Formats: sequence, C-alpha cells, structure tokens
Amino acid sequence: MLKDEDRIFTNLYGWFDRGLAGARKRGDWSNTRELLKNTPDEIVELVKASGLRGRGGAGFSTGLKWSFMPKEVTDRPHYLIVNADESEPGTCKDREIMRNDPHKLVEGCLIGGYAIRACAAFIYIRGEFYNEAQKLQTAIDEAYDAGLIGKNACGSGYDFDVVLHRGAGAYICGEETALLESLEGKKGQPRLKPPFPAAAGLYGCPSTVNNVESIAVVPTILRRGPEWFAGLGREKNVGTKLFCISGHVNNPCNVEEEMGIPLKDLIEKHAGGVVGGWDNLLAVIPGGSSVRCIPKSICDDILMDFDSLMSVKSGLGTAAVIVMNRQTDIIKAIARLSYFYKHESCGQCTPCREGTGWMWRVMERLVSGEAEIEEIDALEKVTKQIEGHTICALGDAAAWPIQGLLAHFRDEIEDRIRNRKGRLTELQAAE
Amino acid sequence: MPKVIVDGIEVEVPEGSTVLQACEAAGKEIPRFCYHDRLSIAGNCRMCLVEVSPGPPKPQASCALPAMDNQEIKTNSEMVVSARKGVMEFLLINHPLDCPICDQGGECDLQDQAMGYGNDATRYLEQKRAVTSKEMGPLIKTIMTRCIHCTRCVRFSTEVAGVTDMGALGRGESMEITTYLEKALESELSGNVIDLCPVGALTSKPYSFVSRPWELKKTETIDVMDAIGSNIRVDTRGGEVLRVLPRVNEDINEEWISDKARFACDGLKRQRLDKPFVRKDGKLVPASWDEALSVVADKMKQISPEAIAVLVGDQCEAESMFALKCLAEKLGIENIDCRQDGAKINADSRASYLFNSRIAGIEDADAALLIGTNPRWEAPVLNARIRKRWLETRLPIALIGEEYDLTYDVDYLGNSALLLKQILQGQHSFSKVLAEAKRPMLIVGMNALTRADGDVVLGLCRRIAEQFDLIIEDDNESWNGFNVLHTAASRVAGLDMKFVPKDRARYLEDILDDASNGIIEMVYLMAADEIDMSRLGKAFVVYQGHHGDAGAHRADVILPGAAYTEKDGLYVNTEGRPQFAVRAVFPPGDAREDWRIVRALSDVVGSALEFDTHEELHHSLSKAYKIFENIEVVQSSVVTDFGREGDVEQAPFDRGIKDFYMTDPISRASKVMAECSEVFGNTKNA
Amino acid sequence: MTGNELASDQPEVFEFSEENQKLIEGIIAKYPEGRQASAVIPLLDIAQRQHENWLPKVAIEKVAEILDMAPIRVLEVATFYTMFNLKPVGRHFLQVCKTTPCWLRGSDNVLKCISDKLGISNGETSSDGLFTLLEVECLGACVNAPIIQINDDFYEDLDYETTSMLLDNLRNGETTKPGSVIGRNQSENIDGATTLTSLKETDGVVPAFSKTIDSK
Repeated sequence: MLKDEDRIFTNLYGWFDRGLAGARKRGDWSNTRELLKNTPDEIVELVKASGLRGRGGAGFSTGLKWSFMPKEVTDRPHYLIVNADESEPGTCKDREIMRNDPHKLVEGCLIGGYAIRACAAFIYIRGEFYNEAQKLQTAIDEAYDAGLIGKNACGSGYDFDVVLHRGAGAYICGEETALLESLEGKKGQPRLKPPFPAAAGLYGCPSTVNNVESIAVVPTILRRGPEWFAGLGREKNVGTKLFCISGHVNNPCNVEEEMGIPLKDLIEKHAGGVVGGWDNLLAVIPGGSSVRCIPKSICDDILMDFDSLMSVKSGLGTAAVIVMNRQTDIIKAIARLSYFYKHESCGQCTPCREGTGWMWRVMERLVSGEAEIEEIDALEKVTKQIEGHTICALGDAAAWPIQGLLAHFRDEIEDRIRNRKGRLTELQAAE
Repeated sequence: MPKVIVDGIEVEVPEGSTVLQACEAAGKEIPRFCYHDRLSIAGNCRMCLVEVSPGPPKPQASCALPAMDNQEIKTNSEMVVSARKGVMEFLLINHPLDCPICDQGGECDLQDQAMGYGNDATRYLEQKRAVTSKEMGPLIKTIMTRCIHCTRCVRFSTEVAGVTDMGALGRGESMEITTYLEKALESELSGNVIDLCPVGALTSKPYSFVSRPWELKKTETIDVMDAIGSNIRVDTRGGEVLRVLPRVNEDINEEWISDKARFACDGLKRQRLDKPFVRKDGKLVPASWDEALSVVADKMKQISPEAIAVLVGDQCEAESMFALKCLAEKLGIENIDCRQDGAKINADSRASYLFNSRIAGIEDADAALLIGTNPRWEAPVLNARIRKRWLETRLPIALIGEEYDLTYDVDYLGNSALLLKQILQGQHSFSKVLAEAKRPMLIVGMNALTRADGDVVLGLCRRIAEQFDLIIEDDNESWNGFNVLHTAASRVAGLDMKFVPKDRARYLEDILDDASNGIIEMVYLMAADEIDMSRLGKAFVVYQGHHGDAGAHRADVILPGAAYTEKDGLYVNTEGRPQFAVRAVFPPGDAREDWRIVRALSDVVGSALEFDTHEELHHSLSKAYKIFENIEVVQSSVVTDFGREGDVEQAPFDRGIKDFYMTDPISRASKVMAECSEVFGNTKNA
Repeated sequence: MTGNELASDQPEVFEFSEENQKLIEGIIAKYPEGRQASAVIPLLDIAQRQHENWLPKVAIEKVAEILDMAPIRVLEVATFYTMFNLKPVGRHFLQVCKTTPCWLRGSDNVLKCISDKLGISNGETSSDGLFTLLEVECLGACVNAPIIQINDDFYEDLDYETTSMLLDNLRNGETTKPGSVIGRNQSENIDGATTLTSLKETDGVVPAFSKTIDSK
C-alpha cells in the first residue's frame, strides 16, 4: 500500500485548511519560482520522464501532449484548458481536488501553462459543482492577491491568468473539443479532428486540454522529481492515482493509491469490501461507465492500471470503480447507463443521435425480458454500427458497456427472455 | 499537390483538397447528406465514410479529412460498405415511411442512397420519433419528422444568406431544427434551403402537392427578376409553369437564386393579357388581332414620327426590342428608350454601364464602395457573393446612400453625392482605403443614376475609378473595378443595341415631359410598366405586354405578348454577358411572342421587317451588334470618358426598391410574393 | 430541464439588476476582446438566478443583446444545457441522480420518498409550488451516492428516511447542512479513513475537521 508521504493529495478529505496558508503548509507554491527557471521544454521533458499519463480517461502521455504545442508563440496566443467537467458516472475525484486542494490545481495551471507557453488557463468546471467552483475561485483569487499568478507570476517575469468557467449541464463537454465549443459560447458539440487543439483550439489558437488531476499532480512531480513518480506502479503505468470506489461496497470512498494496485485490495482495504463479501461480487465497471464491465473471475486478480485493464478489453478510464454484487440486476444497471448516453448525446452525428436511443430502448426490453433471443445479436450489431463511426468517443462509450454486458452476461439476458416466455405460456395454459 | 490512390487509381489533387474531393477526382461517387461544396464542413451525417491508410483502423469521414500525399483510400471496401449501411439504417429508423405523400419523393437524396445502402426491412421495433413541424413563413413548408439533422439549412442561412435565424435546439435525439421562435426565415435567398435539404423536411410551400418530378418537362433558361441573369430551370406540366429551380453557373449565381426568381412564377398565371383589347368609349373591349393591329397602324400613320415614343420595359428579350427598334427606324421614330427608370446612362461607352469586374470578380476585390445601391434587394445572389468575399477576407466595404442591412459589415459613409467629391479629392477616410487596395471596386446602382444629376454622379464615379486605379490594364494585371449594378434584365441589351434617343442628351424625363405637354401624341410601351403613367398626358398609348399592370390600365390598345418563360431570346446581364433564354411554355390564349407581334404590326403599318423566323431575327441582331454574336461570353470593353462634368445635388440618393417582392408585373401578380410582402413587410431591410 | 419550448406565460421585460450588471461586466472582461460570446453560459446562469430559477424569452434576448449574439444562438445554448430551465420551477428544485452508481445505492428509494411525501414525479411541481422534481444524470459525487442536488447544494448518502427528514426540513423552513447526511466528513471511508491518517497534526498542519480522525 502506498505510504502517506507518497500521496500527493494530502487534503483529499478536506480535513485541513484549503486556503493558501494551508496549501503552503502542505508544500504548495513553496518554490514555484525556482521551478519556472526551467525552460518550457525542460518542464515538458521532466513530465515526459515522469511517465504521467492523462488522468481524464484516455491515458495519453501528458508530456507528449504538451510537446505537440508550437514552440513559438506567434500572433495567436496559446491556452491551457483544464477539463474539470467531471461527469463520467462513477467519477468524483476532481471534485475533491477542487474543493479541498485547489491550490494544487492553480499552481499546476501556472506550471503547465508555462510549459506550453500559454498566456492563460481556462478551467472548465461542470455547472453542478457550484460550491466547488466557489472554493476554487477563492483559491484563484488568493493566488492573484499573493502575486502567484497574474502579472509577473511568482516573480518569474511570466504573465499568466487563470479563468474559471462554469458549464451548465452537459456530459459531452468533457470531450475536449466540445469543451472548447462550449467555452466559446456555443453548444457543446465536438469538433471534427483534424485540426487538433494543439493546432487550432480555443478561439482557433493553439491549446492543450488536460484533466484536473493531470495538472494538479505536476507541481509535486517536479518537486519530488520525475523519477520518484516513475518509480511507483508498473512500467508505463506509473505514479499515484485517485480511485473512486462506488456501488455495492460497504464503505464507498475516494482514495489515492499506487497505480497498478490489485482491484481486490482496493475494494477490500479501502472500501470495506463488497457488500455480502468478495464471493458475493458479480462484476465491476473498473474505469467509469464508459468501459466494459468485468466479471468476478477477472476481478479476482486484475491490477488497476491502463495496460492491465486494456488486456481484458476493459480500461482504467477515470479509475472510477463501480462495484456490483450478486443481488444486482446487471441488465438494468447497464440499461441505466444506456439511458445516460442517450440523454447526453449531443445529437450532432447520426450514429450516436439515433443509435443511443435505439440501444437504450432495446436494453429496457431486455430488462423486462420482452424481447426475442435474436435481438441480442441485433443489439450487438447496433453497438458495432456506432463504435468507431462517430465524430467523438461518446458513441464508443455508449457501445462499450453493452458490449461488456453481452460478452459476460449473455446467459442472464437469454434466461430472462426465456423465463418471461415461459411465464406467458403458463399463463395462457392456465386460462 | 498531394497524390493519393483511390481504389487503386492514382490522382493528384490541389493542395487543401479533402479526401472526398480526391475520391470525386478519381471518379468515385461518395454518398453524402451533410456535405455541400458551398457550405462549411459539418461532418455530421457520417455517410461519406471511407477507409484511409495510414490512419486509425476505422472508417473516416472523407468530407472532413484533408487529402495527404500517399494516402491510400478505399471507397468500396467491406468496412466502408458496412459502415455506410449502418449509418443508413440509423437515418432510416426514425425517418417516416411517408415517401408516397412526400414532395421530395423522386428527388430525395435519402431515397436514392437507400437504394444503395438501405435494407428492405427494418430491425427497429421501437416507436418512431415524431417531431412537431415548424412555421417558417410563406415559402418553406416543414415536416420536421423527416429531418435528418444534416444542418445544411442552418449553415446556408448563417453563412450564405447571412441571416442568423436558424438553429438546432436541444440535443441528442431531441435536437430540432427551427427558426428563432418559428419566425419566417427573413432572407431573399431563403428558398435555397429547399434545394439544400436532402430529404422532405423543408419543401416548397407553394409547390406542395402540385406535381411529381417525373411528370415535369424541364427547360433550362434564364431568370429576369433582376439583372444578373441567374441560370434557372423552369419545370412545367402541360402549359403551366409549376416551379423554378436554380442551375449551376459559377460565373453568375453559383447555385443559388433569389426567392423572387423562384417563387414569383405563380404570377405567370394571374392577370394575364390573353387577347387583344381596344379602348372603345373609354372602355377596353376584346378585339381581334387584325382589328387591334390596324388601330395601332392607323394611329402610327396618322401621327408624325416625332410625336411618337417607343419605350421598352425591364424584362424584354433582346430580339423583340431589336425588332421594335427596326420598326421605329423604318418609321423614323427617334424617341425610343429602354431606360424606363430614367437612368442617366447613355449607350456610347459599353464600359460605362457594365459590371466590369464581373460577378465572380467580386471574389478578387479587396475593397468595395457601394454607391446608391441596395444589392441585397437589387441582386440578392450578387449580394451573397459580396458577403462570401467579406467572410473570407473581411474586405472594407463602404456605402453611400440609404443605409441597409446588407448581411455584412459596412462602413456607412452617409447619403450624399457630395461624399463622392470628398473621396475623389482624397479628403475622405475611405479615399485612403481605396488608394491602398490592390483591387478596389465600386458598385454604382440605379438609385444614384436615375436622378437629374445621375450623369454627373456617373462622371464622378469614373473619376474615382481613374484616381484610385480601379481600372488596371497592364501586362500582369487586368482589373476593372468600375461596376454598374442594373436592376432590369433587359437593360444592358437595350443599351447595347442603342435603344435610346438619337439625341444623346435626351432622357426618359424629356420624353415624358413632351408627352405631358402633348408634343408626343402616341406612346408605344413594350412591357414597360414602371413609368409614371400619369405623365403620358393625352397620348394614345399602345401597350404590348403580358400582364394587366400599370401599362395595360393606361392603354388604348393592348397587344398581348409573352412572358419570359414563353419565348426564346437573349438577355444580356449586368456584366454584359448574353445568355439565351428558352421557351418553356406557350403564351396563354391569343398572346404571341413579342417579336412576332412587332413583325405583324410592321406588315400592317406598311413597313415590313426583313425577318420571318427567330433565326433570321437573331442573325440580323448579331449582324447589327456584334455583342450578341457570342452567347455567354463577356466581351471586354474599353473605358472611355463618360458621365457629365458638373455639380451634384445635395439631395440624398433615393431608397430604390421599396418592396423586394413586388418589382415587376409578374411578381406583382404573384399571390406568393404578395404574401411574402405582407409577412416580411417593406421595412425589414431598411 | 429538458424540452425545447419556452414557457407559455412570459414576462414582458427583463433587466439585469444593477449588482448583476456589474458582475456581468467583470465576467465579459475575463475573455479576450471580441470573444464575449464565451460569457453566454455565465450570463444565462445569472439571469436564471435573478429570475426565480428559470429563463424567460426576454432574458434570453437580453443576453443575446449584451453579447451581440443572434437570439437563436443563445436559445440553442439554453436548450442544449440541462441546467437551464425554460419553465418555472419550485423554490426547492430537487434534482435526483438516477445514474447507475446512485441507482445501485438506492436512488429509487429517494424518488419513492419524494413521490410519497410530495406526490410528484419526474418533471412535476408540487401543488404548493415549493418543490419541483427532476431526475438527472450523474452529478459526480458517486462515492456519496445516492444524491439529491437541491438548488446549488448536494445532499449525499441518502436513503428513504434521511430524504424524508430533508424534505420535512425544507418544508418547515429549517436548514440542513449540505453534504453527507450520515455524518461523514466527505468522501473518505465512513468507518475511518484508510489513508492520510499519519498526517494528523504533522507538518504543522492543523486539521480543520477532526471528527473522523478523532474517532479513530
């Protein structure tokens, strides 16, 4: 188990002062000016060397992403965009950072922004996080007042603004280009790529979009050295990670752990175990609603990191672990996610707009068993018709939970259809 | 120039091309719904998916993907076909099966593509979506359940038409296309969304349930509702014009037409003059052709030629004007005029009355000065071209005259001809803009030229053109930014054949004065309805034309002629481009093609004209005026001195067109245009 | 709230309060010049807060005017994002998360309690006009499921009984402290945090909240 001194988010639970004074005691802002004596490229190299992979779900190397930004600022300013539109079902980690450790994020904005030669960071926080936004804004204001950001940030000679922008209820704005559209005052409809944000992002300017956690860990990584971070976890899956454990566990919680921790340890050591005991486990959605669920047999010894979960056709995603025990109607649990994706589809492109509604409606019938066995195959085909054919990844995210269900729990669906048919036959016979 | 391989065929495409364009260059048809050449790329329908390597292992939307060197593109692989079939299925699950009662039937992109990628049966067992239809005004009928959310209409109205009225509300499967609070779409180009809609969601309201495309005879011809000569297709059944659609002509109208060009056609069926009339005891009574012609001939013989005036209207084709001019010459009539609005343009220098930069030339301009013109109403399609250029380059555009919302940012200088002097003398801030521009243009409209000092204004415009190098003619560059924007389809041809008084200082105003004073005793109007009839005094008036409009009401004899859809003939547009209009239907009742009426009259009056067929007439015309020889070619014209020196008046330029939907006998007879006029009011563009 | 249509009863005018006008100036200034459209969501939010938690047509048009946007573009935004209400809602806007993590932990009971006590289902407003219920998607507090968001505040770790108590308090005008209703501080293990416990009182950091730590 990760030692407390290796934890980055020491105020994860909000026990301590979230303000600037408290943050300073936890080491934030202690030598930011020194860190900014590195050139932007050096910081990018350090972050690359740390092996940090994006914490928003896709797991792309943060340093590498930064390196895609132009090396010179021309007439178009650069922007850092922080994706704080935390909306992936199961995920509630960025919320804790923003309300309890906001200075880690603000300092990360400055350093990350400096690394990509940005003039400002825009933090796009989901609208429902009203109180969190207030707290984060307070931290931003404190940082301005203390000269940590703004003109001549930290006395470094570098001018840098941080702007907090609240959304208004749209999961799709967590998709980076939809977020940019929304930030520009439009509907959150994802853009076609290319061009990628590094070439033409916010207001058509070079931009990088990073998750809150990815940015907030950067100052600590630089302070403690990339080798420290890279030394935790497994190869290519390094560092610490915030996990959110929800669903059928005795004590749901957020926890910062070492990347690659066994799922079973995570659930048993931190979340009080599965309700009804480990043997009562049915399945886990290990990385937020968009990844395929894994049945208990896989859960027994799977490690919680990108590559390990990828190898079982699931994913680490946002590391939001949704636990379901044997008392769960898993068809309904997934149907509920299908409704979520239907509700959150932006409506722009055909397969997602039409397909998410179709899938949800079929899923609802599978819940009640009002279907034919052949429809299971048809549903799977529909998921394949969406997957990979949409503008953004929401289509994939809507398809995968169902694919996971069909891969691991097809028998249960078939039984339900057969049972219903049986009951109907009995009823008819009885009449 | 990237070289790509499409299904094994190597093609080289221009830099900046998309994969879709590369596929087309290789002769491969790529299905699409949202993509349109002239609109921004949306990439939302997902129908144009192709397989591209190198690239991710999934199909790519070809409309949005840049073509790169050495790309290998497959347009027909299993991956591609199955992806497209999938998309088609998604499009169809919520699309109603109402093709039999859908006006788009037979010319529907979705129907057509479904033949290639659709299934014969559905797997979709759920309730289909129903969407409330939206009110969009008198022209566009909506059945929004059919909408496939391609957003072409939203992009057209925002980008091309320049009215941000349409949008897509809501999200996901609840997304709905609408205008803001279901207002009528306030654009003179709104009808184009009907053509752009790939399904039957937006259809023509006036044409609703009228006909099926396969029942129609299609005639490719030229529009006369303004002076740009938009290329159109007139669809007819029996003797009836049922609808008008645009044809592509990159030099003129790209593929748009104005709502008047499209929707005024119902006016062709109303208030028609379908038999000759002669006024007896103050009342117009039907007469035979023989009777009517002999009454006219007798008058012509009685009255001395100096006391006769011949005026032609705005929608006459060149041949009938030429025939009339020949007859006038034979009879010694010198009071002839094609400028029924009184424009002070004379026919000496062709460059003085043409849109010399040409319409497509707008896309080369880097500054524009609009003088006494409202291009949005005088030539909506041309205005869209200015907007297109403005969107691309934000070129500075200044306006002198009444202020209008032109759909692009305009530096409004005021409404006084004196401003032209200031600009000329370099005293105005816009002088600097013109001086610095490499390809500046000015567009002078009729509102500046129909005034008493119109010829002085024209002279000032010429001097501005000279002063600021609007006209460049050297080895590297040929640019003429001196542009006159006409409003009458027949005007340039009229000027080209010098259908003006011999005395070049004489204008319409003088003829009308003479008529009021009784000096002119007979006036022959060929489809001229825009003059002030009260100024014809006691003159004997012959009206040859197609509609019972102002001219017919004043007439003593009516000779029923043909509207533009009912005769073959040439029109020369404001650029000086002759185009051939083709007859789509016959004139109604006893009405005849206009040149034939003139030819018949020449016999009765005893001065027979020398042509008996349209071919012979056309031959004489092009022999007399070379300009009519080469159809569709703009002959460049040399700039000479034109316009008059003198003082300009203080008075502001007139507003010009008061009601876009009612500018000529046909649109005034149109119920649809009347409804538009009521809904949109006359003020929307003021 | 879902639906693209405006309310049938509309006020005639809408003006931002003086205080809000100042706020708006500050917000617009945060974005680069010419990019004032970026402020559309914040301005709609302010308008909604000023106007009893819903957006009338005149407010949409006012925002369009201030930001130099076409009204249709503002309406697009107002209908795209779920937090904008185009129709009146009750004083207490109950937004119950029903997405899987909340559902697994009993959001159905929360809804049942609301239905039992207030007699309203999804999208409805109670007859006294005090409560409107809306079933919403994941609110992002999943380890504290199930959750209701009431206006700006999250109430967490609910069940039938605690929901009932919460509704009683609202009805009686008594306040309930936002956050977990079962006494846990935030998102740590309810039986005692499993991490960071060695930090207590170390490094000069004074615990701002000591209940969980003290209970160990």
